[in-house]
Amino acid sequence: MKDIEIKGMVSAHCIIALSIVMATIVPAVLLDDFSVYGTHLVWLYICTAGVAAVNIAVYTLLGVSPPAKKNTLSHKVAKVSKSCLYFMFSCLLFHGIVVLYGAPLLESASETFSFAVLLSTFTTLRCLCILGPNVQAWIRVFSRNGAMSIWDTSLQITTASSVTGAWLGAFPIPLDWERPWQVWPISCTLGATLGFVAGLFIAPLWIHWHRKQLTYKSK
Amino acid sequence: MMKRVPVLALLLWICLLFYVGTWIFLSGFLLVKVEVNRNSSCKDKPFSKQDSSHTEHFCWSEPRFKRAVILIIDALQYDFARFDPEIKDPRPFQNKLGVLSEVVASRPAHARLYPFRADPPTTTMQRIKGFTTGSLPTFVDVCSNFGTNAIQEDNLIHQLGQNGKRVVFMGDDTWENLFPNQFHRSLPFPSFIVKDLHTVDNGILQHLCSTVESSDWDVVIAHFLGVDHCGHRYSPDHHAMADKLTQMDQVVRSVIERLQNDTLLVVLGEHGGDSQKETDAALFLFSPSALFTVGQEKALQEVVPQIDLVPTLAQLLGIPIPYSNIGKVMVELFALGSPEDGSAQERRQAEALWINANQVNRYLDTYSLANKDLSPMILAHLKDMFLLATTEYKTLFGGPLAGGPEHSSRVQALIATLQLYLNQVREMCQASWARFHPLRMAVGNAVLATACALCFITSDFADVVGASYRRLLWIPVVSGTVAGGGFALWQFSTGSEVEVLSSLGMAALVSQLSFFWNFCRRKATRVFVHQPSDLLNATADAAQQRPALTWPSIPLTIFFLRCASLFSDSYVVVEGRVVTFLLSTLAIYIPVQMNWAGRLLLPFEAQKSAPPCLPLQPSTPAASSSYKKESLTLLGCTGFLVASLYSSHFFHGCRDEQGNCKPSAFLTPLSGLRDIQLRNFRYLLSVSSVVAWVCLVRRWMRHYGNMNSKSPAVLVARCGLPLVATFVSLYWAMSSAPAEDFGNLQEVVRLALLVFPRAVYVLFGLGVAVVCWDPLTVFLKSRKEPAPSLLPPTYRASTGVSLQAELQHLIPHIYQRMRKSLRAGEREGAGREDDGQPTMEAYGLGTVYSAPLLLVLALLGLVLAMLHPEGLMLSFVLLLLQACAILHMHSAATSLSTPGSRAGCVSVSWAAVLMWGLAATQFFYSTGHLPTFPSIQWNSAFVGLSEVHAGHLAPALLVTLNTFSSQILFAVSCPLLLLWPLVCESTKAGKRGRRAGEGEDGEEAVMEMKLREDPDRFSTALLQLGARYLFIHGAQLLASVCSATILRRHLMVWKIFAPKFIFEASGFAVTSVCLLLGLALVMRVDSAVSDWFKRLIPAHSR
Repeated sequence: MKDIEIKGMVSAHCIIALSIVMATIVPAVLLDDFSVYGTHLVWLYICTAGVAAVNIAVYTLLGVSPPAKKNTLSHKVAKVSKSCLYFMFSCLLFHGIVVLYGAPLLESASETFSFAVLLSTFTTLRCLCILGPNVQAWIRVFSRNGAMSIWDTSLQITTASSVTGAWLGAFPIPLDWERPWQVWPISCTLGATLGFVAGLFIAPLWIHWHRKQLTYKSK
Repeated sequence: MMKRVPVLALLLWICLLFYVGTWIFLSGFLLVKVEVNRNSSCKDKPFSKQDSSHTEHFCWSEPRFKRAVILIIDALQYDFARFDPEIKDPRPFQNKLGVLSEVVASRPAHARLYPFRADPPTTTMQRIKGFTTGSLPTFVDVCSNFGTNAIQEDNLIHQLGQNGKRVVFMGDDTWENLFPNQFHRSLPFPSFIVKDLHTVDNGILQHLCSTVESSDWDVVIAHFLGVDHCGHRYSPDHHAMADKLTQMDQVVRSVIERLQNDTLLVVLGEHGGDSQKETDAALFLFSPSALFTVGQEKALQEVVPQIDLVPTLAQLLGIPIPYSNIGKVMVELFALGSPEDGSAQERRQAEALWINANQVNRYLDTYSLANKDLSPMILAHLKDMFLLATTEYKTLFGGPLAGGPEHSSRVQALIATLQLYLNQVREMCQASWARFHPLRMAVGNAVLATACALCFITSDFADVVGASYRRLLWIPVVSGTVAGGGFALWQFSTGSEVEVLSSLGMAALVSQLSFFWNFCRRKATRVFVHQPSDLLNATADAAQQRPALTWPSIPLTIFFLRCASLFSDSYVVVEGRVVTFLLSTLAIYIPVQMNWAGRLLLPFEAQKSAPPCLPLQPSTPAASSSYKKESLTLLGCTGFLVASLYSSHFFHGCRDEQGNCKPSAFLTPLSGLRDIQLRNFRYLLSVSSVVAWVCLVRRWMRHYGNMNSKSPAVLVARCGLPLVATFVSLYWAMSSAPAEDFGNLQEVVRLALLVFPRAVYVLFGLGVAVVCWDPLTVFLKSRKEPAPSLLPPTYRASTGVSLQAELQHLIPHIYQRMRKSLRAGEREGAGREDDGQPTMEAYGLGTVYSAPLLLVLALLGLVLAMLHPEGLMLSFVLLLLQACAILHMHSAATSLSTPGSRAGCVSVSWAAVLMWGLAATQFFYSTGHLPTFPSIQWNSAFVGLSEVHAGHLAPALLVTLNTFSSQILFAVSCPLLLLWPLVCESTKAGKRGRRAGEGEDGEEAVMEMKLREDPDRFSTALLQLGARYLFIHGAQLLASVCSATILRRHLMVWKIFAPKFIFEASGFAVTSVCLLLGLALVMRVDSAVSDWFKRLIPAHSR
């Protein structure tokens, strides 16, 4: 049972990681003068859109999200609109936090916001896909005994690793190496992306490694 | 009784270990030279020649040139200047300055190119100092007038001015700071902006040629920065460098074309750095008239030390050699005369060297009188050598001119002797002034590292250490003293000089080793000592011991990153931001970690039907609401903390290295503002911040019932605090208005500027003295109704909120009722409702420790704020609020993570101490300070002091207070970290169950009285807190010491790392002293409380 689940997770995560790789390669082939540093925002948007689309598709197909009590259309619409609202809110929240951490307030505000959108895609969107628009459940997942399935555990790991990656990405900015990727927010977005991808790979491995210790309570 | 002396003594001993380590390191790292502020002059007769065969219309020697053009091309390496035609594919920096080699090849008698080397430490300023004074640069030149950059020592520019030469300067504006008002004309251009390659150079180019063509000058100095900036910006291998060097080539060519016969051209590169390649710059000399004897060139030119240029230029231009010069003249420049007349050449060389040697000898005499750091043996040897040479010189040239081969060989021997003498002088001075002392640096590092380890052990095993001071404090101290004393005695008995430093190092190391050895033995035997005595405590301790061993990993990582950041120059430059970044990470980590541990939100845990991992789960609705409140406090404080971290950036100053950075507007004093409305607004802002400061503190005290009694300490809070605030505001009002506004009242204003600050100092002193004399702020009130039972009088800490006099009687009763009923509701199954009816009520007893501390802090904060520019009062209020937020976060986190148990309350977590320590650094920057010497706020030195009679001590003290005000405030208030969770407990005191089986039945110790109940644990907790705080600062000191050691050859060491280290070391000294004072104040309060209880309660009660 568990092995099947882990295999499913591996393939799902591979597809998501692949989407990031494609978002980097395909535009480089199709578009002129595209580069991750030079036209960073373009790459960022493509990457965000790709990851978002693949995430939603994969998790809808897998049916990981909690079963709806009422399966009516209006209920679904309410759920989707609520999710969109949450996503917007999390973008604003991330934007605020990033500014408080020292990002410039007015200049390059659009870059900061794009970075916030990227971070939200890596974290909030996955929360929405896996847990649904339920803040209580989100808070519950991020506690030691909160995970109720291997998807919750993978959510913990990927979220933590993307945030940590973004945090680490801020480190090279003050250094005087004068490299193109030291410009705000390139190093942070790259850090977040690398962290996310690393999280995608670490999560199944970690779960596989600790499968004896992991006991999930039923909901 | 609580152990007061041992706790303070142990912490003091740890501090002393840190001081000794720092001092030893400092003596090996910072090379100190005393500046001799005497000038050479033409009248110094010993240097004029003994034979007055011809009239002396010149100074010490006959001038060879009337005028000189000195072109300084920053970072012009020797590689750049050479021209090697064999290179087929030159790199961008090669073969671009063709003119130098061309001229050398075509006119060998007129030009020569040398490699040129500067001595470390080499910042631009120190190099300019080096080749104008001729003395070795050291990092700290001890001079009478610190605070200004101007060169105090005798130098070339000064001598040129003295002797009527008109000096025209253009280029790097560092010169303008070093030699204010000494140039005939000067055209300075800003040098800060490293990315700007052209401003300075183009500015010079506009004026250089026209100046050289005109006749309105004697010496032109032009300092180009483009090559250096290009090297920093792009690296030498960049086409921009090729363009820049080609441009310089053109400059040199056009200057050579315009030179007249009486003019000397000097082109010199100057650059410092690590490797040989970077330090060797180029030196090019040229004159239209013959300068060298042809046929004497060597294939490989020997390296010319930078300082040798000074006596050479001085003698070529016929001015006295600067007094402090220890350079040697370049003799080949004096070998002029008809080539066939060898004796005349030698005579000139000998004369130049002899004048030089005379001047150096005189300098050494003066210097060795002022300072003893040069070895007397070598000095005596040099003196002998010089006297011999003098006699020889006088016999050779004193009488009529002789000739012959014998005479010639004696002259050559004399030249060799004089050169040897000058070389040896320079070597001796280099050994003493310009070389590190690796052994001392290593020992200093070792002592500091061990002190850090010791501090960490003390903090983590505070209970072990606290239980055995005899073994762990007195034995190490005694053994260290014995070892140090014995070592000194041994040195004394063997006849060598007693080195204080090595004895101290010995003492420190031995006492540290003794501590570790005793600690290991103690730890092994500890279990057997403790358990029989009190079983309950020991098991509790053992349970506490386990988690103490594992340091929470995230705070550890953050602190490690903080220390690691001190190793990079970029991070040190933006340290203010690095610290806030890490601090906000820590702030966000705490609630996240709480949530991870499942402590943040109760409802979920309750739903999960109390997992077994949480003992003593309070499940009543009252408890859950309390939980929710704590969580909300935690989240709210986190938000506030992060916001205040962000807003503290608005008060930052700017380093030179930060390119596009504007210093905060709050840093300019109000008197500097022209706009009257803005000035008034800013003044109002500052005054309202003062009012806010006072009101916040008084409100807090009133809230906890500390403002009711009639004790002197309360009087200080009632009257002293507002009075100090008024005087501070009045002082600012007086100092901010421009002097001309007052007209006839100027005398009065000057008096007021002295009187107000002094009144503040006196009031502060009085206030602190009063608080120390009687720190109790407790209001005692007997109950009106007689006690129903015949119990002895008991005490009760209460949070009587009594805003008005008439309410004072009412509210305590209501409060008591409420509490009683609450307690009655709480207690399940225990039928003892009406016990412990108190006959006395004490208001403010719950905050008896923190109230005096806070009062002293409020006074101290106002005094420190007065020393700052007015606008920074805002930053001080922010500091107060942020400290409050940290304290609330800490107490909320403590009570959330240890529900029901009290053990955690008396141990302050690493995360909280780390936040406290980082906040101290953060506000160092947010009070407008930077770890660089020019940014010290020197204005504060004379607040309330007349500039004439101030002396040195008081201004130095004021500057220290100003610079480290943030460290002072945070260190003094450090005990609050221990007290605050207990103070905050009052909000849920009513819900707490009683402790069983301890003390008299009716007693319920709440808030800080809990500490008094358990004096041993209190002293242990104070020790632990002190040791942790010292560790946080000590480890940062260690990191900066290590970075200075490892990076001592780094290009930026004297500009970034060494000042950072010095600020860190002084900050540590200030912090440790203030921490001890804060702890001592808490202990003084404790003894006062004990006395008070003795008076209050007859002997049978306790």
